Amino acid sequence: MALDERKMTATEARLAAMQVPEVGCTKEAREAALERVRRMGLPGRRDEYWKYTRPDSLVQVAAPRAAVFDAGEEPMFSAFDRLRVVFVDGVFSPELSDDLSLEGVQIDRLEDICCTNDHWAEDLYGVLEARGQSPVERPLAALNTAYAGDGVAIRVTGRVSKPINLTYVHKSEQSDVLLHHVIRVEPGAEATILENGPAAARFNKCMEIDIADGGRLHLVRAQGRDHERRAYTSLFARLGAKATFKSFTLTVNGVLTRNEAVVEFTGGDAVAHVAGACAGDGNFHHDDTVFITHDAVGCESRQVFKKVLRNGATGVFQGKILVKEGAQKTDGYQISQSLLLDEDSQFFAKPELEIYADDVACSHGSTSGAIDEEALFYLRSRGVPAAEAQDLLTLAFIAEAVDEIEDKAIAEDILGRVQGWLARRR
Amino acid sequence: MLEIKNLHVKLEEEDKQILKGVNLTVEPGRVHAIMGPNGSGKSTLSYVLAGRDGYEVTEGSATLDGKDLLEMEPEERAAAGIFLAFQYPVEIPGVGNMTFLRTAVNAQRKARGQKELSAADFLKLVREKAKTLKIDADMLKRPVNVGFSGGEKKRNEILQMAMLEPRMCILDETDSGLDVDAMKLVAEGVNALRSPDRGFLVITHYQRLLDHIQPDVVHIMADGRIVKTGGPELALEVEHNGYADILAEVQ
Ligand SMILES: Nc1ncnc2c1ncn2[C@@H]1O[C@H](COP(=O)(O)OP(=O)(O)O)[C@@H](O)[C@H]1O
Ligand SMILES: [Mg+2]
Repeated sequence: MALDERKMTATEARLAAMQVPEVGCTKEAREAALERVRRMGLPGRRDEYWKYTRPDSLVQVAAPRAAVFDAGEEPMFSAFDRLRVVFVDGVFSPELSDDLSLEGVQIDRLEDICCTNDHWAEDLYGVLEARGQSPVERPLAALNTAYAGDGVAIRVTGRVSKPINLTYVHKSEQSDVLLHHVIRVEPGAEATILENGPAAARFNKCMEIDIADGGRLHLVRAQGRDHERRAYTSLFARLGAKATFKSFTLTVNGVLTRNEAVVEFTGGDAVAHVAGACAGDGNFHHDDTVFITHDAVGCESRQVFKKVLRNGATGVFQGKILVKEGAQKTDGYQISQSLLLDEDSQFFAKPELEIYADDVACSHGSTSGAIDEEALFYLRSRGVPAAEAQDLLTLAFIAEAVDEIEDKAIAEDILGRVQGWLARRR
Repeated sequence: MLEIKNLHVKLEEEDKQILKGVNLTVEPGRVHAIMGPNGSGKSTLSYVLAGRDGYEVTEGSATLDGKDLLEMEPEERAAAGIFLAFQYPVEIPGVGNMTFLRTAVNAQRKARGQKELSAADFLKLVREKAKTLKIDADMLKRPVNVGFSGGEKKRNEILQMAMLEPRMCILDETDSGLDVDAMKLVAEGVNALRSPDRGFLVITHYQRLLDHIQPDVVHIMADGRIVKTGGPELALEVEHNGYADILAEVQ
């Protein structure tokens, strides 16, 4: 179908303002991606997939300004021994980063993917993103593949002894950043990747993750606390047999966030959990869009999303489980819940199941509710002040999603942070 | 200590008068029992004293040591010394029982200008009190009241009471749903707290709890009023003859 004119104009305007960078040996992939963008057009307000989230500010030529927020606290995950890979406004910073050599993993910048060295990442860059364009189009991810200025290629070959921490520092009020990472987990290998920071005034991040048979990847991210920042992130994961992928995302603040996760099972008995918790106050719009494709026997997928909203904040959840023919013994679970702390806040949920196999167990649920008044009174009757009682209940609500993180020390660290933030906002 | 005078209460949402002039004074060191048929307003009285939403006091007063309870937030009442053991303890998924207890104890200490308990001191205290109530480590770890049996919930209420050491304990049908052994445990827990400066208001439908917790005064409540007051023998009278005789007599 030809693009409508408005969309084409918007798309071309954006493309005209950008330049495909020459980074490593990704030229062909970038050209192909650019073609995809032109064919699909960038998202418009009338797109079904963008029904609850306005894409305008993500699409428009200039990134809206976003003040840099100093939280006045230790950076996230600083309590843990980790390998730091730091980007400042989207540019890798060797000074702020650790030495990238670590046993069991090979970390290269995108620019190191040279045509001469037959780099493994050449076969991955843009590949999973392209696969993920069907059945639903994700033009902003293709835009990323075409224009990403920096990023890393991470190849996990063994059991990595400490987490790899990608930190995204936001320094300029006008930064407009596209980062693209490719990750390959070799058979039986295992790693944890932590991500934190707001990254930019406008951030478009794409992560392609290929997990071979028996590989395991844990991804925990915290999207920074800058109030005005905007982010569109996409994550494409492909899992081989008996592979494991677990991801958790914490979002507090940010005027606009859309996190897309596209997961595909290609080998049997694999497990993928995608979870997230967000807390928004006021001018806050948070969208979790998940698409899980079961194309193998005996795989387990689990989505757990929690949103705490107040003062007119908006939450969106679009989650789909597609079970293809033959994907028997699929176990698919999905829950999305919002806690609305006042009547101005809103939550839109669109849970979907599409199943073409007969021997599967899939369930989904979505709820939206206020704070439990009975529980609140019970706590207060024991002497807990109202605000503190509300925080305790809010934290308990979020904890169910944070619990999805396998590393309990990291989970506790995150809950502790959230507790502190809640207390300070009172 | 606790003084309730001519207390009239209606529901906030509808035009329904529930308490129609309750008068009651509990002195320190004394145990008062309130008995009465279902629907007579016993739980309403306890909720109004604890500060639950949804009720409107249209007349009368309730004070603790001379301080107006009705003006206070629920947490202020708790800090002042009111404790209500709920007829139906509330389940709070996601909040560990231990966290709940520690938060409550420390919140009250803070409100009274005392130092918070250290983690070690708190743990020691909670273990000691839990043991006498036969509350095991697992129950302390689980989310508040979630998946607890009826008896476990009631014992958990008494544990909270023991930890918070309130001045004025109100127990709303703490005996309901308990078997004989659990009832004994609960009664022992309550009796252990009896002291010259603490008052008790024990609400019960049946006499049997009062075999274990000896009351000093027994009140009969009917249709939003206290219609008769007497000694422990009044409870026995109810036990033998039911409420019908007493109600007929006062009418
Ligand atoms: N929130 C409420 N909504 C409607 N009716 C209520 C409510 N609370 C109490 N009542 C009514 O008030 C009366 C007294 O109830 P309650 O105090 O629970 O009595 P008791 O504890 O003595 O059994 C009953 O008729 C009950 O139905
Ligand atoms: Mg009752």
